[in-house]
Amino acid sequence: MDYYLNLINTIGIHTLLGLSAYLLILTGQVSMAQAGFFGVGAYTAAILTVIFQWSILSAIGAAMLVAGGLAFLVGFPALRVRGLMLVVATIAFSEFARMFFYNLRWQVVRDGTEIGPNGTMGFAEIRYFNNNGWLNWEVTIFLWTFVVVVMAIIWWSDRTRVGAVLRAVGEDELAADSTGINVTVVKVAAMTAGGVVAGLAGSLYAHQVTDLDHHTFTVLLATFAIAYPILGGLTNVFGTLVAVVFIQGLLVEGLRFLGDWRMLLFGALIIVAMNFKPMGLFDNQTIRILQNALGIKRRGGST
Amino acid sequence: MLEVKTLSKHFGGVRAVDGLDLRVERGEIFGLIGPNGSGKSTLVNIICGVLQPTSGDILFEGRSLDGRAPSARLRTGIARTFQNIRLFGGLTVWQNLWVAGNSTEDIKSQSIVSRWIGTSTRLKKEIEVMLEFSDLADKADVLASNLAFGEQRRLELARAIAAKPRLLLLDEPAAGMNQAEVGELEKRLRSLRKQGMTIVLVEHVMQLVMGVTDRIAVLNFGSKIAEGTPENIQQDKAVQTAYLGQSDES
Repeated sequence: MDYYLNLINTIGIHTLLGLSAYLLILTGQVSMAQAGFFGVGAYTAAILTVIFQWSILSAIGAAMLVAGGLAFLVGFPALRVRGLMLVVATIAFSEFARMFFYNLRWQVVRDGTEIGPNGTMGFAEIRYFNNNGWLNWEVTIFLWTFVVVVMAIIWWSDRTRVGAVLRAVGEDELAADSTGINVTVVKVAAMTAGGVVAGLAGSLYAHQVTDLDHHTFTVLLATFAIAYPILGGLTNVFGTLVAVVFIQGLLVEGLRFLGDWRMLLFGALIIVAMNFKPMGLFDNQTIRILQNALGIKRRGGST
Repeated sequence: MLEVKTLSKHFGGVRAVDGLDLRVERGEIFGLIGPNGSGKSTLVNIICGVLQPTSGDILFEGRSLDGRAPSARLRTGIARTFQNIRLFGGLTVWQNLWVAGNSTEDIKSQSIVSRWIGTSTRLKKEIEVMLEFSDLADKADVLASNLAFGEQRRLELARAIAAKPRLLLLDEPAAGMNQAEVGELEKRLRSLRKQGMTIVLVEHVMQLVMGVTDRIAVLNFGSKIAEGTPENIQQDKAVQTAYLGQSDES
């Protein structure tokens, strides 16, 4: 049972991570900084609950603010580069954040034991849920409440003019600019929102695993973050969820007996998906098939 | 309305626009013609703020546009279409117009939230009018990239006027159109002029230029070689040389 709850938690956390990248990819920004924001959120929230003994909700809120604030700052230099150059620049940010945690030693003594981030040894004993007597399924519900709320907010914004504007900027910045869209505001806002969501994912992750290590926040995590929306498709938020279930549930967990060969499969899968479903698993075609099967009439953008 | 003052744009050694002076009066359709490479599109891009001039200035309603981004110029009342159509292909026709509903009046009259959510009935009504105007009402939910060529041209025009500009810059709107489509475009331009819009029309299709414009300026190698009514321009010797006298121009 706990195994499945853990898997469900992982899926929820990675869905949030994928959605943070989804927002950015809509505006045409492929950001590898999401791993960095995720790490910042994780460490911030964990330090607040462990060292400062904040309640979980205020720690999560603070983590979202810190990660969002950093993303806001990253958003401006990111405007100057695009495509591959943006990927490289944002990898640099993620590595910068990771190296910061690698070196971060901030231990305090409480009840005779040392707690807090301990540099290369990681940050252990983030036991907020345990200490407060939360049951595992309660943690899962708590975590998924955030996932559902974030998904609902992004899904709704996607259907308002905001979604159309984000996509317009992603399609053609010059045309968007000439149509009166302030591209700077849109791109920085998307980066900030992406940072907030990644920070939320990180703060939940820290308390769910109870143990942080800089190795978690590598380029691999950043790759996962952008792989979810790309694989799932940018039509709506459910594509990202489907991709996370597919990769985390099926590929990473379901094929555990394959060991590290799974990573090879992961690469192969991306290549196959790019060839057969370039717009993602959950593209318009899939949606049409699903809608026909379920007998739902298609509603266009004018509704 | 629009004053271009000794404007120059140099790309390395190439003088795309070279000391150009122009005046466009309110309410007229102003034609801008010239052989390929004479600097017409460069001029449009400078007026819209996509390119920065090397020297010179542009006044719109008496105020300099210097240093303003394209989006800011749109909000002061200058909209444009592109020579090579640039629609948001992944958005529907309706969404393309939704995104563009961004005029000064909208910004003043609505709260930032309702403007961004974009569900006001007035905005919806305006988009309906726009669809009607461009004869795209039955295509509202079609992705822009799936439209036929002529429809894409119409949508781009609609997107440009969705922001209710006072000055509209059209960069070869009739390129690739057939006779009937050019006729429809001409009708639309006349109707826009009647609504009080000032139009700068860059065009190679002479049937359209001669039929609809009030005045024409002819560019060659970035400079103005003639200006006047369509009748005057057709008689002009310098224009005839520019178009016919050089074998490397079309």
